[in-house]
Amino acid sequence: MFRFFLTRLLTFVPTFIGVTLISFAFIRVLPGDPIIVMAGERGLSEARYQELREQFGFDQPLIVQFWDYLTGILHGNLGMSYVTKKPVWDEFFALFPATVELSLCAIVIAICLGIPAGVIAAVNRGKFFDRALMSTALVGYSMPIFWWALLLIIVFSGNLGWTPVSGRIDLLYYFPDATGFMLIDSLLSGQKGAFASAVEHLILPSIVLATIPLAVIARQTRSAMLEVLGEDYIRTARAKGLAPIRVSGLHALRNALIPVVTVIGLSVGVLLAGAILTETIFSWPGIGKWMVDSIYRRDYPVVQGGLLLIAGMVMIVNLIVDLLYGVINPKIRKR
Amino acid sequence: MTLHTFLTTSALALTMATAAAAQQTLVYCSEGSPEGFDPALYTSGTTFDAAGQAVYARLVEFKTGTTEVVPGLAESYDISEDGKTYTFHLRPGIKFQTTDFFTPTRDMTADDVIFSFMRQLDPENPFHNASGGTFEYFNAMSMPELIESIEKVDDLTVTFHLTRPEAPFIANLAMDFASIMSKEYADQLLDAGRPDMLNQQPLGAGPFAFVAYQKDAVIRYRKHEGFYREGLPKLDNLIFAITPDASVRYQKLKAGECHVMPFPNPADIEEMKSEDGITVQEQEGLNVGYMAYNTQQPPFDNPKVRKALNMAMDKQAIIDVVFQGSGEIAKNPIPPTMWSYNDAVEDDPYDPEAAKAMLEAEGVTDLSMKIWAMPVQRPYNPNARRMAELLQADFEKVGVKAEIVSYEWGEYLDRSKDVDRDGAVLLGWTGDNGDPDNFLATLLSCDGVGGANRSQWCYQPFEDLIQKAKTLPTQADRAKLYEEAQVIFKEQAPWATIAHSKVFMPMRDEVQGYKVHPLGLHIFTEVSLDK
Repeated sequence: MFRFFLTRLLTFVPTFIGVTLISFAFIRVLPGDPIIVMAGERGLSEARYQELREQFGFDQPLIVQFWDYLTGILHGNLGMSYVTKKPVWDEFFALFPATVELSLCAIVIAICLGIPAGVIAAVNRGKFFDRALMSTALVGYSMPIFWWALLLIIVFSGNLGWTPVSGRIDLLYYFPDATGFMLIDSLLSGQKGAFASAVEHLILPSIVLATIPLAVIARQTRSAMLEVLGEDYIRTARAKGLAPIRVSGLHALRNALIPVVTVIGLSVGVLLAGAILTETIFSWPGIGKWMVDSIYRRDYPVVQGGLLLIAGMVMIVNLIVDLLYGVINPKIRKR
Repeated sequence: MTLHTFLTTSALALTMATAAAAQQTLVYCSEGSPEGFDPALYTSGTTFDAAGQAVYARLVEFKTGTTEVVPGLAESYDISEDGKTYTFHLRPGIKFQTTDFFTPTRDMTADDVIFSFMRQLDPENPFHNASGGTFEYFNAMSMPELIESIEKVDDLTVTFHLTRPEAPFIANLAMDFASIMSKEYADQLLDAGRPDMLNQQPLGAGPFAFVAYQKDAVIRYRKHEGFYREGLPKLDNLIFAITPDASVRYQKLKAGECHVMPFPNPADIEEMKSEDGITVQEQEGLNVGYMAYNTQQPPFDNPKVRKALNMAMDKQAIIDVVFQGSGEIAKNPIPPTMWSYNDAVEDDPYDPEAAKAMLEAEGVTDLSMKIWAMPVQRPYNPNARRMAELLQADFEKVGVKAEIVSYEWGEYLDRSKDVDRDGAVLLGWTGDNGDPDNFLATLLSCDGVGGANRSQWCYQPFEDLIQKAKTLPTQADRAKLYEEAQVIFKEQAPWATIAHSKVFMPMRDEVQGYKVHPLGLHIFTEVSLDK
C-alpha cells in the first residue's frame, strides 16, 4: 500500500510542473494588458505605461518572469495581487474554507441522494421509478446553474421566505474568523441562533452546487449497478436465498462503487467550476468568484497562484480517490 | 411564521435585548468588493464608497448630491492673485477615529495634510511603495507636475505652491485620492514594520470608523463619535453586504435583508417603482456615451462627413432600446447637470435623407467603416453591441456599410488609442470631480491624442479655449469659454454624442436623507432610518 501511495505521489512532480507552466502561460495568452485594464477609459501616457511595466516586472523577458515565479513558488511565495496588494497565499486561505464548506455540503448531498437513487433505479430497471429518476437526473444535469439558482432564490427566499437570499450568515451576527468554516465558527462563537443561521444560508447554494454532481452520480451508480447485477455471483447470492436488499445493497453496490468513486473524485473539479457561478449568485465569499474577478482584471499572480493551488487540491483529492480504490478493491493495490 | 423569519426575528430580538439603546444599523448591498482601503491607490467607485467616503474626509468636499465644492477639514482657503498658491485654514479640533487598532493622541494638524500628499508625491517617502501603489488618480490629475511644494505655515495652516495656475485644483482636492490620513497612525504602522496595513485597516477623520472586513462578504463600520460635522453621522452602524448580482441585490432589498442597493437591472426598475416598501430615487448621471470618429483618417477628417453620419443616427431608438428609457439624448460632450453646459447648442437632427445628400455632396459614396463595440457594460453604455447594431442599421439607410468589431476590454482600450485606428469607437466617460475640464481637456485636448482622446482630434480654436479656461480664477469666466468650446465641438463633430444615462437607487421606505450623488458615489453620512 505504501509503495502504491509513493508511486502515485511521484506522479505529482511532472503534473505540478505542467500546471505551473500552463497557469503561467494561460493568463498571458489571453489578450489584455493588466496595466491598460487598470487605467480604464482614462488611459496612460507612454512614459507612465513604461514606468508601470517596469514596476510590475513586465519589461523582463518571459523566461525571466517564469523563473522568478518558479523560484517564488519553491520559496512558498506566490506573489502579491496587483489589485489588493495582498499576498496571494493569504487571500486564498481567507476564501478557501468558504468554498470547501460549500463543496463538502454539496458533495454530501450529491452522494447521499445520488447513490440510493441510482441503486433504486437499477433495481427497478425499466419501471416508472427508474424512468422518472433518470429523466430528473437528465434535467438536473442540463440545468443552467445561473437560472436554477435565481429560480430557487425567487421561490424559496422571495416568495415563500423560507431561506435567506444570500451570504453565509445573518449580518446581525458578528464574530471573528476562527477556522473560516462558518458552521464551526458559529458554534464556537457561542452566539444563540448563529449556527442555525449558518445552516439556513447553506441550504440553497448547496442544493444548486449539488445538482450536477447528484445527477452524474445517480446515472453512474445506475449503470454500474446494472452491470454488476447481471453477474453470476449475484445470481448465486440470490439463489442462496439472501434478502434482495442484502444482495443489491452489499454484494452489488460494493463492486459497483469503483466507477462511482471515480466520478465523485472527478466531481471535485466540476464542483470548483460550479462554485464560480454559485458563489457569484449567492454572494458566497469563496475562491470561484475570486478567480473570475482576477481573470477579468488580469491579476496575473492571483490567477497563476490560484490555479496552482486549485490544481493541487484536485490532485490531492484524486490521490485520495486512488487510495480508496485500493481499499474498495484490494486487487488494485497489488497491481 | 417561516423558519427563516423565526430565526431572524429571534436573532434580532436577542441583539435588541443586549443593546443598551436602539441602534440604527443600515445595510447597504454593495455591488462588489473594494480593491483595498487606501483610496489613493485605486480608481474604482466601489473602493471609494468603502474607503474614501465612509472612513476618510478631505480638505474640501463635494456637497452631498451635487458637484459643488464646499469646505471640509479646511474651514476656508485663500488663492493668491497669480492662482499659484493655495492656503488652507484647517478646522481646529478635528479628531481621527479611535479603533481597536489605534487610539489617536492628538487632533489633526498640517502634518497630516502634508503626509497625505507627500506619500504620493515623494518616491522616497516610506509609504510611497508600501503597498506597491501606483497612485493613478494623483498622476492622472497631473499632481506630480503641478505641486511644486507643500508648506506647513503653522499647525492649522498649510500652503500648496503650484507650478502653474490650475482652476480645477480645488475640485481635485475633493476627490478620494486627496483623503487626509493620520500621520500618527502611519508612524505607528511604520514602527511595527507593517506600512501595508494602511491599505487594510483604514483610519481617517470621516463619518464612520472601520471595524472589520471579511473579503467578498461584508464590511462593518461604526459611527465616528468625534466626526467634525455636528449631529452626523446619524447611523450607529453601517454594513456593506457585498452582493455582486443585481437580481440577487433586488431580492435582498425586497426581503428586507438590505436597505439600499446600487446599480439595479434596467429591466427591473419599473417593477421596483411599483413595489410596496421600496422607493426608487433617480438622477442624471455625470456621464456621456459617445462614438469617436478617427478624425485623422479620411473620410472622417472631413467634419461634414462626421456631421452627416451624426444626422443618420436615430438616437431616440438607442435610448429606448439600449437604455430602456433610463437615459437621455446627449447633444454636448458634457452632461446637462454640469456647470457651463451650453443648452443653446442644437443637436444634429435625425434626418437620413439630408445625411445621405450631405455624404453625396462630399463625394462619399460606397463608404464602408468599422464600429467598435465595447465588450463590457458601463453606465454610459449598458449594451454596446446592441447600440452598434442599431447604428449599423441606421448607417445602412444612408448607404454606409458598417462592420461591428470588438475586442477584449484591455485590448479594446489599447487599440482604440492608436492614431491610425480604423473605425469609430463606442466609449464614454463618467466625471471624476464635476469640473468641465475633466471632460473637455481629458477627452478632447491635443495632449490626449493617442491616449484618452479617441477621436484623435486636435483643433486649435477649441484647444485655446479649454487651456485658457483652466487658468481663470472665477467659475463665471471659465463657464463662458467652455460654452464657446461646446459650440465649436458641435460644428466640428469629432464625436457623435449619444446619451447621458440616469442613475437609479432603489431603497427601502424607511431610509431617510439619502441623496443620489452625481459622481456615482454612495454616501451615508446624512442618512437615517425611520423605524
